[in-house]
Amino acid sequence: MTQLVLFDAFNGLIVGAFYALMALGLSLILNLSGVINFAHGGFLAIGGYFAYMLIPYVGFWGALIVAPFLVAFLGIIVERLLICRLYGRDPLYSLLLTFGLAFIFEDGTRFIWGAQSLPYQVPGWLLSPLSSAYFFLTGYRLFMVLIVGIAVVGMFLILNYTKLGVRIRAGTLDLETVSVLGVNVRLLRSLNFGLGVYLAGLAGVLAVGQLGLQPTIGGSLIMPSFVAIIVGGLGSLPGTLLGGLLIGVASGITTVFWPSATEAVIYVMMAAVLLVRPRGLLGEEGRF
Amino acid sequence: MGPIDIKKQAPNIVVWLLLLAMPYWLVGVGGYVELGTRVVVLGLAAMSLNFLLGYTGVLSFGHAAYFGLGAYGAGMIIRYIVPNTGLGILVGTLVGMLAAAVIGPMIIRLRGVYFAMVTIAFGQVFYFVAFRWNNVTGGDDGLTGWTRQPINLGFTRVDILHNPTAFYYLVLICFALAVGVMAWILQSPFGRTLIAIRENERRARFLGIPVDQHIWISWVISCSFVSLAGALYALLNNFVDPRALYWTQSGDFVIMAVLGGMRSFWGPLLGAAIFVVLQDYLSSQTENWMSFLGLFFVLVVLFFPRGILGMMRRKAVS
Repeated sequence: MTQLVLFDAFNGLIVGAFYALMALGLSLILNLSGVINFAHGGFLAIGGYFAYMLIPYVGFWGALIVAPFLVAFLGIIVERLLICRLYGRDPLYSLLLTFGLAFIFEDGTRFIWGAQSLPYQVPGWLLSPLSSAYFFLTGYRLFMVLIVGIAVVGMFLILNYTKLGVRIRAGTLDLETVSVLGVNVRLLRSLNFGLGVYLAGLAGVLAVGQLGLQPTIGGSLIMPSFVAIIVGGLGSLPGTLLGGLLIGVASGITTVFWPSATEAVIYVMMAAVLLVRPRGLLGEEGRF
Repeated sequence: MGPIDIKKQAPNIVVWLLLLAMPYWLVGVGGYVELGTRVVVLGLAAMSLNFLLGYTGVLSFGHAAYFGLGAYGAGMIIRYIVPNTGLGILVGTLVGMLAAAVIGPMIIRLRGVYFAMVTIAFGQVFYFVAFRWNNVTGGDDGLTGWTRQPINLGFTRVDILHNPTAFYYLVLICFALAVGVMAWILQSPFGRTLIAIRENERRARFLGIPVDQHIWISWVISCSFVSLAGALYALLNNFVDPRALYWTQSGDFVIMAVLGGMRSFWGPLLGAAIFVVLQDYLSSQTENWMSFLGLFFVLVVLFFPRGILGMMRRKAVS
């Protein structure tokens, strides 16, 4: 029983890591530009498919490095062509635009690569269990948690110690002042969008090794990412990270005791947080 | 009551005449009666959403949940309890109203994109309940094994199952009641207050208007009528499945409202008509209709942000 709970909790932690990675990207874009990127799940799926295409040429490691950058590049193109036209307008319009993009991405990937799940090769040595008692601790799973950890630490380092990061954080608080100080806000928003989408692409490359590569993978991850942002607290990136891991583990543990409620439990958690602490676990007061 | 201003009432008269005669002229132009019924049902949903979106200025992206609750409410009453169409519609609407009333207090303090995000996430609870509670809701396969029942008027029974035109008029009666109530609320002092909140929430608050309470009431009204639309939608298809509750359905309602024109009363109905006909056409022409629908979203946002009626009105002014 203990082992079963541990197994599902660990599974939940992995899924939660993906939620967190998705949600961090969403949060970055939401905080700076006020846009909810519904197409985020689509970028994740495209990350997976790019990796699938690249693996025969550059191997898994090459794909892990290259694919997210390609996704980020695509994201910047989309931002420059479409989304940037809607800054400063009613948030309704950017919502609808990215909503339509999400449809196009899901259907487009289905059109190009087919609806069925594609085989996805991860290095064999990562797949064997590390010990027989804890059979669920395969190398790949630990590896995923490790890479997600590195990505998250890297992102916080960028935000805290680089010029770009400082500007993004400043822009989140007061974009107008940042603009007056001579920062190219257009470029800042594009790079920030690229950074957010990069995280989605990275999550995609990793997630398909665990969840399978199919066009609907993005759609199934995006709603929990919203919940992660709300539970963690709007405007707080550490909160988003915490929220993602928390709901992942909670839904993992629920699988043991009440499998039918696996998905619903995270929304119940969201309701509880909104009732008891509307600003979220680590959210700042008055930021919505 | 003063004399009726014909010029001001002209659009209303045209809309009602078109709706009343729809089963006749629609077939003439190559449609079928069920298509008209779909337009009216989804138009009601979009107009109810617009009560909140266009007239209160609150961005809800989760109305599919209440649409689906109405649908499941009606279907389950007829399937499990009493085979009575009227009761199904009533209970379906009440279920959605109750859910909205309970969820309301948790979300009315949020604004803008955050309101959208929370409403859409909340909608997913109902989706997963419908999806997972197999032996009651039919799970992924949907709730089947029931049909809409004849309406007993005392002196005669109307067979709405095999007579699509009769069912159309039942739907139109419900539509007229709902739309009439919404129009009446909007021209009442309460409705004017909602518009004031939309225009300037802070100023409304300074005037001592209990803004959160008004938004809560507007939210419940809007969700109730969406549930009514959902109940009618279930009756139309004799079937409900979890996709009626899925978050993409909410997006469809919003695009209908925006396409037709959020700031006009009849706009969402026009948007729904275009959307339904387009979807009907696309899904019969291509397997990749989702891409085209997505493209349609993008084009509407980029080129018709004010909606068709909004653009016409601006042209008329200038």
